[in-house]
Amino acid sequence: MIAEVVISLLLVIGGAFGLIGSLGLLKLRQPMQRLHAPTKATTIGVGAALLASIIYAATVLDDPSWQELLIMVFLFITSPITANFLSKAHLHRTIPPDSLPPTGTDSPWATLDTEDAAPARDADRQAP
Amino acid sequence: MLARIFPHPVLTAGLIVIWLLLVNHIKVGSLVMAAILGTAIPLLTRSYWPDRPRIRSLRALAGYALLVVWDIILANIIVARIILFKPNDRIETRWITVPLDLRTPEAITLLAATITLTPGTVTADMSACGRALLIHSLHAPDPDAVRDEIKSRYEARLKRIFE
Repeated sequence: MIAEVVISLLLVIGGAFGLIGSLGLLKLRQPMQRLHAPTKATTIGVGAALLASIIYAATVLDDPSWQELLIMVFLFITSPITANFLSKAHLHRTIPPDSLPPTGTDSPWATLDTEDAAPARDADRQAP
Repeated sequence: MLARIFPHPVLTAGLIVIWLLLVNHIKVGSLVMAAILGTAIPLLTRSYWPDRPRIRSLRALAGYALLVVWDIILANIIVARIILFKPNDRIETRWITVPLDLRTPEAITLLAATITLTPGTVTADMSACGRALLIHSLHAPDPDAVRDEIKSRYEARLKRIFE
């Protein structure tokens, strides 16, 4: 009985955070702001659902399962990389380089470090 | 000799645990399979990962993981409140530069992943020399405070664990 209440609560919490993440996608205006919303739903939203699944298997089914932990681990490894690649692509295509803060070091931001690439690209464009 | 068969002991242990979690039960057969995978994969991939990361204290690393999980929960609530209740024109979105004291690639990767996983901040880029991170923050009225918190809360701990 207690387990069932905890499971239901976790499912409601997870669902609520998933919903808020999707709402964020609709509401926020800049692409970089929108990036914040779904990467968050993957943490609490999926985490709560997986925790509910672990508790359900251990109490109601009486057959403990730990595979959910793996889903969590792989999600935590992969989602920062997706977010990083999305923002790198965005930096490349739409963000004006002078709107970024200085690096505080001698070299530029890695994505914009295209001194070698830029002349080559211009040459391509001029070629008929 | 032992170091040649097991170039990455931590990776080997991790692979064994992952395999056992994947098959979801502990039997002799799956243990043997786990040992085979735990030996073969580090050997086959060793040329791509020549240096062994030094972890000074596994306990400190576990403590760090718990701290990050707790911060993720807190930050999720903060971001949810921003999305639900803050009008768009009052959200102060900012870029933040975080200078790095860390030099170990594994530690910097962990720091960048931590920043992205805690809601409200995303690691967008790194300086070409690897000495600064570019962070995008959803709502940061005081960017310096965000930078200082990242440095004192996460980077200082990672420095103690890895360097």
